[in-house]
Amino acid sequence: MTGAVRLLAALAMTFTVSSPVMADSGDIAAGEKLYNQCKSCHQVGAGAKHGIGPHLNGLFGRQAASFEDFRYSKSFERAGAGGLEWHADTLDAFLENPRAMASGTRMSFRGLKDADDRKHLIAYLRQYSDNPANIPEADPTAEPSDHDLDPAILALQGDPEYGAYLSGECTTCHQAEGGDDGIPSIVYWPEEQFVAAMHAYKNKQRNHPVMQMIAGRLGDEEIAALAAYFKDLDE
Amino acid sequence: MSVNRRTFLGTSAAAAASLSAPMAFAAGHGKPRVVVVGGGAGGATAARYIAKDSQGEIDVTLIEPTRTYYTCFFSNLYLGGFKEMDDLGHSYGGLAANGVNVVHDWAIGVDRDAKTVSLAGGGSLGYDKLILSPGIDFVDGAVEGWDVTAQNAMPHAYKGGSQTELLKAQLQSMPEGGTFMMVAPPNPYRCPPGPYERVSMVAHFLKANNPTAKIIVADPKAKFSKMALFQEGWNDHYAGMVDWIGSDFGGGNVSVDPGAMTVSVDGEVMNVDVCNVIPAMKAGHIAAVAGVTDGNWAPVNAADMSSKMDENIYVLGDASQQGDMPKSGFSANSQAKVCANAVRGALTGSRVFPAKFSNTCWSLIDTNDGVKVGATYEATDEKIAKVDGFISQTGESAELRKATYEESEGWYTGITADMFG
Repeated sequence: MTGAVRLLAALAMTFTVSSPVMADSGDIAAGEKLYNQCKSCHQVGAGAKHGIGPHLNGLFGRQAASFEDFRYSKSFERAGAGGLEWHADTLDAFLENPRAMASGTRMSFRGLKDADDRKHLIAYLRQYSDNPANIPEADPTAEPSDHDLDPAILALQGDPEYGAYLSGECTTCHQAEGGDDGIPSIVYWPEEQFVAAMHAYKNKQRNHPVMQMIAGRLGDEEIAALAAYFKDLDE
Repeated sequence: MSVNRRTFLGTSAAAAASLSAPMAFAAGHGKPRVVVVGGGAGGATAARYIAKDSQGEIDVTLIEPTRTYYTCFFSNLYLGGFKEMDDLGHSYGGLAANGVNVVHDWAIGVDRDAKTVSLAGGGSLGYDKLILSPGIDFVDGAVEGWDVTAQNAMPHAYKGGSQTELLKAQLQSMPEGGTFMMVAPPNPYRCPPGPYERVSMVAHFLKANNPTAKIIVADPKAKFSKMALFQEGWNDHYAGMVDWIGSDFGGGNVSVDPGAMTVSVDGEVMNVDVCNVIPAMKAGHIAAVAGVTDGNWAPVNAADMSSKMDENIYVLGDASQQGDMPKSGFSANSQAKVCANAVRGALTGSRVFPAKFSNTCWSLIDTNDGVKVGATYEATDEKIAKVDGFISQTGESAELRKATYEESEGWYTGITADMFG
């Protein structure tokens, strides 16, 4: 009896500690240091202009790829047209693994793996949008999200022969030869990024109704099988 | 009697297969043979996948009368001026290069006991597995006054190619302020949003070239695919041009006179300048010749698209009666890959995976105004059953509509590469 109660209490503790990633705001000073990695491409603050990347003033609540005077990757244009907006949760997912969110982004940044680092950086950027108080609660659509993929999912060894069969569902739209007119190419994609992207659709973090529907019914093994097939697809 | 004999043979063959090597079905004539009738979204895909994935273990023959295949999907965009006819034409050279034996001829008979297909040009082909993907034909007498001899005066333009070009030529030579009439088909039919995308594309052409012209649609249905999206688009882009008469207002009570170019709708006779008659549809004729139809369509098992009448015949695409999937090129392509996997497994013992189907239909309403509807499906004991779906919403942003149209162009490139190699 007491053993069971203690176990429940321990479980409750675990959840309180590890769940909502964004429950409290990050450290702006720590975020400013982390921002040094972004500076060579992105300006922020008074007088910021576009550089290699777009400036980051007024980022929160803005639709992705929405500056008319900046040339974005096709990937980001599609994501923006599909409804992607920058909020604490979407920035968190993007910063963790940029290519999982927008496969063809020209931002050559591997991502911040540490959830606290992302929280700090987002807190720093949040100052340069309206209503900077109460990060992230001031942003009406911000929600705690847990997009961290279970390492067990990433560790799954896919069955490429099953992947070859399942790929038939992809190649009706995505060209097996890798062309990307209107629909992105998915060949030679590193397995981990493929898996992260498919799970982001499955969990509805990436916006696209067809992909949410297709990924939504794929199991972990099936996603792994597809990733194993597409990474090695030759010609 | 012959049914009993076939049943008996089927049972003994299955028993033999379970005891011996999987090549049992090909016993006596070397490599197993697959014959595919019809080189569209279902047949071309099935032929290509079986040839490609069996790597020479299976002889694949495709019977298709035309040398150049003009897709029916996207043909409305040709009517609207968004595509050239050449953009829609595809040769079979890529399939031949993939190892498919392409025979340009008509299949005119199927002997299910001898397992042969006879050709209009003479001779016959033996098969172990026969895949029929003949698309659609029209139900005789479906529209009073119309038959195939009237298709020059009143084109259906519901098979891609010369009929589409004819309808466009008639549209271009319509008198100023003239009337374009469409007689829409009853369910089920090929490409559920197709007639209404066509109305949109005809309206797009007329708005630019003949803005006082009118479009009248007589429809035997009370509602249609993507109805809210099309009606919103017609109001926004072509206000006052389109008059849709549904079944509640007599749209199903139609007769035509191709000689006089008149159409009677619910007793009211109208003079029309162009009349696009899309009659009720049925499975392509060869399916009935093979004896695998029940009524207008060919019932199939959802797990592998095999005919409910004959385990060695499979029916794909528009001709099949499978359950919840719409009749579309996307559906046929999806079904073909499930079927190819099953046929290969049956003939060579390769791994057979569970059936998964999907479909998305894009439609263009006006320049950069694309919409879509789609769903995923699974095989149950009774039918192909819908799992999940989505549809574009009214009032979407112009950016999203443009992205949807660009996506449809990407899909066209993707599916035609998937079909023809």
